[in-house]
Amino acid sequence: MWRVISRPLTDGSRMQPRWTDGRPAGAVAAQIARPNDRLTAFERLEIYNRMYWFRVLDSLYEDCPGLRAVLGDKKFIRLAEAYLVKHPSVSFTLRNLPGRLARFIRAEPRYTRPHTALCHDLARFEWARVEVFDTAARPVFTVDDLRGVAPAKQGGLRLALQPYLQLLRLDYPVDGFILAVKQREAELLRGDASNAPAGWRRRRERATRRPARARTHVAVHRLEGRIYFKRLEPAAYRVLTALRAGRTLEQALATGLPRAGKSRAAWAGRVQGWFRNWMELGWLCRRE
Amino acid sequence: MPANQFNGYTDYGIGIGLRIPHYDHILSRKPTVDWFEIISENFMVDGGRPLEVLDEILAQYRVVQHGVALYFGSADGPNREHLRRLKALTRRTRTPWVSDHLCWGSVDGTYSHDLLPMPYTKAAARKTAANIRRVRDYLELPVAVENVSSYTEFHVSEMTEWEFLTEVVELADCGILLDVNNIYVSAKNHGFNPYDYLDHIPHRRVAQMHIAGHTKFEKYILDTHDHPVLDPVWQLYAHATRRCGVTATLLEWDDKIPSFDEVHNEALKAHEFIAQARAAKIPAPREKIRSRAR
Repeated sequence: MWRVISRPLTDGSRMQPRWTDGRPAGAVAAQIARPNDRLTAFERLEIYNRMYWFRVLDSLYEDCPGLRAVLGDKKFIRLAEAYLVKHPSVSFTLRNLPGRLARFIRAEPRYTRPHTALCHDLARFEWARVEVFDTAARPVFTVDDLRGVAPAKQGGLRLALQPYLQLLRLDYPVDGFILAVKQREAELLRGDASNAPAGWRRRRERATRRPARARTHVAVHRLEGRIYFKRLEPAAYRVLTALRAGRTLEQALATGLPRAGKSRAAWAGRVQGWFRNWMELGWLCRRE
Repeated sequence: MPANQFNGYTDYGIGIGLRIPHYDHILSRKPTVDWFEIISENFMVDGGRPLEVLDEILAQYRVVQHGVALYFGSADGPNREHLRRLKALTRRTRTPWVSDHLCWGSVDGTYSHDLLPMPYTKAAARKTAANIRRVRDYLELPVAVENVSSYTEFHVSEMTEWEFLTEVVELADCGILLDVNNIYVSAKNHGFNPYDYLDHIPHRRVAQMHIAGHTKFEKYILDTHDHPVLDPVWQLYAHATRRCGVTATLLEWDDKIPSFDEVHNEALKAHEFIAQARAAKIPAPREKIRSRAR
């Protein structure tokens, strides 16, 4: 029965009329299920076939507003269906459904051409939002913790980052794009209930402009239960990534700050500002 | 039966499902509610907003855990990671019992996220009962299994649904979460008498009841949980209460969710039918006590 209900639907969202070996699907269904006075065996199993696909596609649809905006609904559904055939859910929760989507997009570029690189970034970013929402938090590293370390030994400190904090190096500024998409969706939702002239509404309904390629470093984090995105300077991104990899404070700074250009002393104020901000946001915690 | 071994000897009254659109109302206004049922899987996470909200709810209300993905009927048996997370959550919520569905839904580690109907065979009953016992022993809590609504029947079935339910719960020695709406939906879809179902299950094992709304289509009924409870379901609920005794009852409303007050008021209608059942004065079922051989 699982093979019957997990088989993709037709373009008209019905159960496929032919089985994989060419037999009528009705004959296959009749071997499994009983008909009743209103429904054939095919129709009874079709209820489950449709429910399965509607449920998993709805879940991805909701989790991936950015991908939908770039691809349009039709192409998005084609991508989602191909993805779910290759990677059906292996988790007890639908939360984890988009976890392998970015890799799939890279491995199967035909579903996202000519925007594969942008879609890959969007899938990573949208998965990061899922992860940030409910991944664990650990006790934050405080100024008092720092006071407990002799100044001479502070460079040797190994700090950890909050497990929920997601650091992304992207080829496109998809953070701004996602915000624009969500704002547009909210406006469209309001528009449904508004009496605004149709001309205004048509303008709003126009697709959100796709972002141009630009290397972007973003932290996706949460504060008081809400998800936020924060742009990072490339050097700040490198320092955070090094801390996450287990480097000491000194090593992380050595890795992260550019060797050429400004002197180390010139960076001092900036680095201080980063750390003050990261501590305020609760990103740093003690390494266990 | 208001309190029995299958619901941890509790008498919880009328509850509703804890749903996201109601969080703000509940946390800010703190309405009086007998208890909330949570979907376990929504809170089997490591942190963030879901657990923060849950902790705030737990500080004020009684909570019972209801699962949707244990799949007692799956041949694979319960997933270890799932059980580990579920047990951690039961320690947080202090739920007196846990429930999940009499269905299957995963194959070789692949999940359907649906509650798929079982073939009603002796072999399936034995396997399902063994899975339930494993879950109960691991969680160290009473387990109640819920009858699902279904849209198909299998050639291989050897018994009726209520015979299968009885077989499973007797073999597993577990409770029943009696979903009255599901009985009605399946009765209409398969053409059996829902009162026969209610009359032929082991009433003393009923730990909890569910009520909900459904949607009628031309050729079948779908269990949509997006409407108020329909009158025939309330009548069945009254009958179930006469047979089983006044039992912890929960209204499920999962789609097109209206205001908190609307959902809660719909749930509280159950009191009217409980009063009817009490007026009927049919004694509640008693535990069978085996007399010692003399």
